[in-house]
Amino acid sequence: MSEDGKSAPAPGDAHPTPLLDELESGPWPSFVTGLKRLRDAGDKQYAPMMNDLLGQLEHSYEERLGFWKGGTVSVFGYGGGVIPRFSEVAAKYPASKEFHTLRVQPPAGYHYTTDLLRQLCDVWEKHGSGLIAFHGQSGDIMFQGCSTENVQKAFDELNSIGFDLGGAGPALRTSTSCVGHARCEMSCYDEVKAHRSVINAFLDEMHRPALPYKFKFKFSGCGNDCVNAIHRADFAVIGTWRDAMKVDQEAVRAFVRERGRKYTIDAVISMCPTRALSLNDDDTLDVDNRSCVRCMHCLNVMNKALSPGDDRGAAILVGGKRSLKVGDLMGIVIVPFMKLDTDEDYEKLVAFGRRLIDFFADNALEHERIGETIDRIGLPAFLEAIEIDPDPNMVNHPRTSSYVRTDDFTEEADKYFERKARAAAE
Amino acid sequence: MSAAPEMRRPIESGVPDPFPFMHPLLRKNYGQWAWHDRPRPGVLHHVAKGGDEVWTVRAGTQRQMDVFTIRKLCDIGDRFAEGHVRFTTRSNIEFMVSALDKVQPLIDALIAEGFPVGGTGNSVSMISHTQGWLHCDIPGTDASGVVKSLMDMMHAEFVKEEMPSRVRITTSCCQINCGGQGDISINVQYTKPPRINHDLVSKVCERPAVVARCPVAAIRPALVDGKPSLEVDESKCVCCGACYPPCPPMQINGADSTKIAVWVGGKHSNARSKPTFHKLVVANLPNNPPRWPEVEEVVRKILYAYKENGRPWERMGEWIDRIGWPRFFELTGFAFTKHHLDTWTGARKTMNMSAHLHF
Repeated sequence: MSEDGKSAPAPGDAHPTPLLDELESGPWPSFVTGLKRLRDAGDKQYAPMMNDLLGQLEHSYEERLGFWKGGTVSVFGYGGGVIPRFSEVAAKYPASKEFHTLRVQPPAGYHYTTDLLRQLCDVWEKHGSGLIAFHGQSGDIMFQGCSTENVQKAFDELNSIGFDLGGAGPALRTSTSCVGHARCEMSCYDEVKAHRSVINAFLDEMHRPALPYKFKFKFSGCGNDCVNAIHRADFAVIGTWRDAMKVDQEAVRAFVRERGRKYTIDAVISMCPTRALSLNDDDTLDVDNRSCVRCMHCLNVMNKALSPGDDRGAAILVGGKRSLKVGDLMGIVIVPFMKLDTDEDYEKLVAFGRRLIDFFADNALEHERIGETIDRIGLPAFLEAIEIDPDPNMVNHPRTSSYVRTDDFTEEADKYFERKARAAAE
Repeated sequence: MSAAPEMRRPIESGVPDPFPFMHPLLRKNYGQWAWHDRPRPGVLHHVAKGGDEVWTVRAGTQRQMDVFTIRKLCDIGDRFAEGHVRFTTRSNIEFMVSALDKVQPLIDALIAEGFPVGGTGNSVSMISHTQGWLHCDIPGTDASGVVKSLMDMMHAEFVKEEMPSRVRITTSCCQINCGGQGDISINVQYTKPPRINHDLVSKVCERPAVVARCPVAAIRPALVDGKPSLEVDESKCVCCGACYPPCPPMQINGADSTKIAVWVGGKHSNARSKPTFHKLVVANLPNNPPRWPEVEEVVRKILYAYKENGRPWERMGEWIDRIGWPRFFELTGFAFTKHHLDTWTGARKTMNMSAHLHF
């Protein structure tokens, strides 16, 4: 190794990695081979860091334990967005003693030019480890492996070419949206517009963590939910439509001719979860649109023949999260349909997001996700707090327990009929 | 003393606008797509209402990529595609091209450089995963290594579309389960209560916050050898590891006590059935780097039982709903134990309260 410790290890100096070496064979691209490319990269500043990183990782493989601990590292002006990592075995692997990650928000829908990717590589080659993950589970580009000293420099360069840090800690987190409008015929709203309008309205909550815990938005253009929003997001926006699905009966006939009646019945008609489909004797399709739940199955199978209706927007489900602390939760339908068409519609989506973030900030306990808050206080109290009326689309079925005080049932029923009358008059 | 250097204030630009980077045909036909088909595994063909067509070639990556790999993908994108790419939720890279005759040379170039082309339709797509020993501060196992081992085994199913329906697999390195729900989920399962370093607890941990973090109220403040610390009621402890992140001296990991469990039947999509959580199949598998052969064997058995027995469009969980859990355990050869009976909140709703029985 050279005196300043900045050049690649001489061949004899590389940490032996017999266990990791076993992950270089086989047909799938090997991250170990990639790490070694960085270790062996001539006079690059990160080569010694990646040699010691490989050494520490091999040590983990030997001991079957992790050796990173957290800490506090951030950039000027922000409180979050950097995941600090300090090595617990720095004495043995000093060059990777600091190995922080910058979480960076990608373009909505993960679109890049090769030129843009090269710019990201150049920044990270100069200031970081040369290792980038596309993408983390929240949706960030993860620039993995940076010394404390270089975090600010790397951020300044990334920020100056249009990138901003994502979320970490008790804060609004980086969001994701599906490919949607850009390349999908199922898309029921403008995902880019929704994603950017909502997240960019609340950047203060992302960059200066002050919420009880994390809060995630995710945007899927239809019920196929390609960004896994219902499971993973506190606020899931799932595209859907209210009017009848569109049926091209000639294309239905062509599908039946090509695939056969048995396949059409077995794989489409019988798989409809609400028995809303019927194949006519002339091989056209009947759709009971009032029974259809917009699950997307028949559209997925017969995507030339069937498509979403024209009255499009999104359902909003609130409270999805992973296991800690109370166990896994999925989002609950809170808004069965929000029209998403005009600029005003998207402003309403942002305003509703704000209402939920405010509720969360004011009412959640420390380290409690909003789904847990809803469980703790009950859905009726939550709805009252966010000024949303109960709707039968919120439940699988009404309550089965009689343990409830109902002396104001008649007044509540009157409110329901008043709402129905108002909606009918609109 | 010199003045502190002036710090650059961040430009709070938020989510970058994707339109400058989007393939021109995607930009032109934004919101105007009519239908798509898949000419072969790994290739999508989208047709816009106005007649424009775009072909997408999808390839697997290792997710954790060195700059040389990324630049190689960029070279391929410049030479064989049109300079515009995107990534999927599962870290596959997609190259969009405007002409069919560019598809095969692009596929050939990707395969020649070691990037598998596939992950579309009824394939096993790339595993959605986490960080593990490479970068996480609390991991029970590695993520990249487990995924590399499994994707080597399942490579043949990534490049084909021969499964009954799409297969989405996840891994997680602790019970927080950052990897999420999957048709098959390979997750760390701790088997022993935390080992507490009482010298450090009061220095490192905010004790009331740690007490509050426990889902079964098994942690209480205690004076141990005259030092303020925490103790765990081990008869209550469910070994979830929730106390470890806020209190690293409560070490949940052990080289031999950190195990791996495999779960099945998680589903994100609303297609046909509603979204579901995954369910336990096997626990107590050894955490065995560098290739986790015991885990690989379990995943292989589940995957191929599903492949042989699932009907078209049935996801893993929907297949099991049809054939029943007795048949699932029979076909895969795994044991059904008392640990498969849920004991957590809402457990009763997971029990069979009917005379619907499978024989």
